[in-house]
Amino acid sequence: MARAISTRSKITFTAVAWLIGLLIFFPILWTMLTSFKTEAQAIADPPVVFGFDWTLENYCTVGFRPNLYFFDFNEFCEGAPRSEYMRFLWNSVAIAVGSTLLGIVIAVPAAWAMAFVPGRRTKDILLWMLSTKMLPAVGVLYPINLIFVEADLLDTHFGLIVVMTLINLPIIVWMLYTYFREIPGEILEAARMDGAGMGQEIFYVLAPMAVPGIASTILLNIILAWNEAFWTLNLTTFDAAPLTQFIAGYSSPEGNFFAKLSAASTAAIAPILVLGWFSQKQLVRGLTFGAVK
Amino acid sequence: MTKTMRALLGATALSILAGHAAAETVTIATVNNGDMVRMQGLAADFAEKHPDIELEWVILEENVLRQRVTQDIATGGGQFDIVTIGQYEAPIWAAQGWLEPLNDMPEGFEPDDLMPAIVSSLTVDGNLYAAPFYGESAMVMYRTDLAEAAGVTIPAEPTWTDIMTAAEAMTDRDAGIYGICLRGKAGWGENMAFLTAMANSYGARWFNMDWEPELTSPEWTAAVNDYLSMMENYGPPGASSNGFNENLALFQQGKCGIWIDATVAASFVTDPANSTVAEHVGYAVFPHKEGVENHGNWLWAWSLAIPSSSDAKDAARTFITWATGSGYIALVAEKEGWRAAPPGTRKSLYANDAYRAAAPFADMTLSAMEAATPATPSVQETPYGGGQFVAIPEFQGIGSAVGQEISAALAGQKTGEEALEAAQEFAEEEMEAAGY
Repeated sequence: MARAISTRSKITFTAVAWLIGLLIFFPILWTMLTSFKTEAQAIADPPVVFGFDWTLENYCTVGFRPNLYFFDFNEFCEGAPRSEYMRFLWNSVAIAVGSTLLGIVIAVPAAWAMAFVPGRRTKDILLWMLSTKMLPAVGVLYPINLIFVEADLLDTHFGLIVVMTLINLPIIVWMLYTYFREIPGEILEAARMDGAGMGQEIFYVLAPMAVPGIASTILLNIILAWNEAFWTLNLTTFDAAPLTQFIAGYSSPEGNFFAKLSAASTAAIAPILVLGWFSQKQLVRGLTFGAVK
Repeated sequence: MTKTMRALLGATALSILAGHAAAETVTIATVNNGDMVRMQGLAADFAEKHPDIELEWVILEENVLRQRVTQDIATGGGQFDIVTIGQYEAPIWAAQGWLEPLNDMPEGFEPDDLMPAIVSSLTVDGNLYAAPFYGESAMVMYRTDLAEAAGVTIPAEPTWTDIMTAAEAMTDRDAGIYGICLRGKAGWGENMAFLTAMANSYGARWFNMDWEPELTSPEWTAAVNDYLSMMENYGPPGASSNGFNENLALFQQGKCGIWIDATVAASFVTDPANSTVAEHVGYAVFPHKEGVENHGNWLWAWSLAIPSSSDAKDAARTFITWATGSGYIALVAEKEGWRAAPPGTRKSLYANDAYRAAAPFADMTLSAMEAATPATPSVQETPYGGGQFVAIPEFQGIGSAVGQEISAALAGQKTGEEALEAAQEFAEEEMEAAGY
């Protein structure tokens, strides 16, 4: 019989959960609020929480002027924006989606092999792959930079997609491996008995069963690639520069432009927040999969 | 091959050639400072005059920019045609052969009009390697209303004792007003820029003529102890994380009596749109210790240089001439008023009555910059040049480590003497490892 939980403790737990949620969300909320303030209000002491004159000026300046049909930013903007938001956005989408898809194509067969036909060293290989994530990225900055110079890959989408794929590959393989392990090997054996080849087994039997796992892996990796700031800042200049460089351009050594910096940050995370909002069910499922058995 | 195919191939080849001839692209790496933002905004004027040159702006945070540009030039990446650097990088990079000398500049560059102190610090072996875009020194900015209410005056050339007396009188912690705001955030370009200038004005030097660090000398000790005691008694809480921007925000909000920092701050604190104290700002020269004829020697110019790996050097020269020439200053004045003109690079600007009338801080900026002698930073003899920094490649590492020690002392984790002893030890090891 399930233990009865009193209403009082339910309220307490709900309140604590909300409090923790709010605490985690607070920096994003504050950034969003600041993005609608003037520069003077952004640094006001004591801080103004809601009672300020809301302005879209900062979004106009950074070039985030979407037309949402019911609300068109352009109506409130004058003059030319300081940066081309859409160029940065497109580069972020290309790099994040491109590297994730390439990673999945490589990782599905790898995870299949490790989950269903493990060798003596499979566990070691898995751990070794993960250990590459422990290497400080800056340690290989110069070698990779030199390779990029030689191969003429600096500031190209292709170069960035390859690097981002390699960076996230261990996580993709690990996640898929965990999902695949949950699938009974007998089903694949049955497919083999029916005469399915290795490719058919992976594509027609394994992949459809692992769709939820693959979907959450894709989502998580798009988010990781979207937020990656070290390589994207170091290996791009203009043509392939993603939203991380868009934000970096609004940080100032001499002068307080916190409202504009906040607007740039909000504009940069807006697409990924929307994506996360719509796919939160899959994300939560993906992140907690196998956590409780 | 059919005629149509040939015609198509020919047309493609022609269009590729025409595409190449149509526009040369100049990629400019710069920082998000107010004056650079203005330059980007006014670049339409350049595009109109030079339709054959296309500009690509890469704006980065200062430290990211420095690291990114160093990496690109050192590995011959050739990603940038113009880079924004300062006095620290220009001589070091020029000596490495990383920069293109700016000798044969197009008409309108007028090198004779540039301020001599700035030019000399960007020149190596008689060649200018970077064109100054805006220049700055450091000075005292203070609240005239608070000084008056507290019954103190700050002379035009104050000593550190004058500053301490005034800071004490202006402090009113209950009202949230702190007598003095100074940089505390660790970094060679953060707290160490200020402290190096302050130590200079106390007669201290970083190294003796044998390149041995002198951080535990009586002069350094006196400077650091006075700095710590001022900040502890009259400074804002949490000062060990305050840099230029944090102090600017405090001053603009009326929380600081005195702020000693880069002269470029003057145009921010007197901007009525963002500053609540715009009407009450007074200025004085960077302070000095009694008996020491040295005002810190702070000098910095954000400058535009051409990396030797650029493949659009002529177009880059054309842009630099447009952006740093007196024609650009006139353009800013026409579009946004004289107060917004980029300061500290051209003599003609300070001879201009319209500018002097619009910018009440003009005279103080000029005298601060003219007084700076970066070739001889201290009253003692030094083997190095610089001002608020030491112009050797090792300074970034040493300066930042020493900055962390002093920031820790400011946070109350150690005394000034302990911090300087640790700093001395670190500097000795680093200099020995570097082969000095």
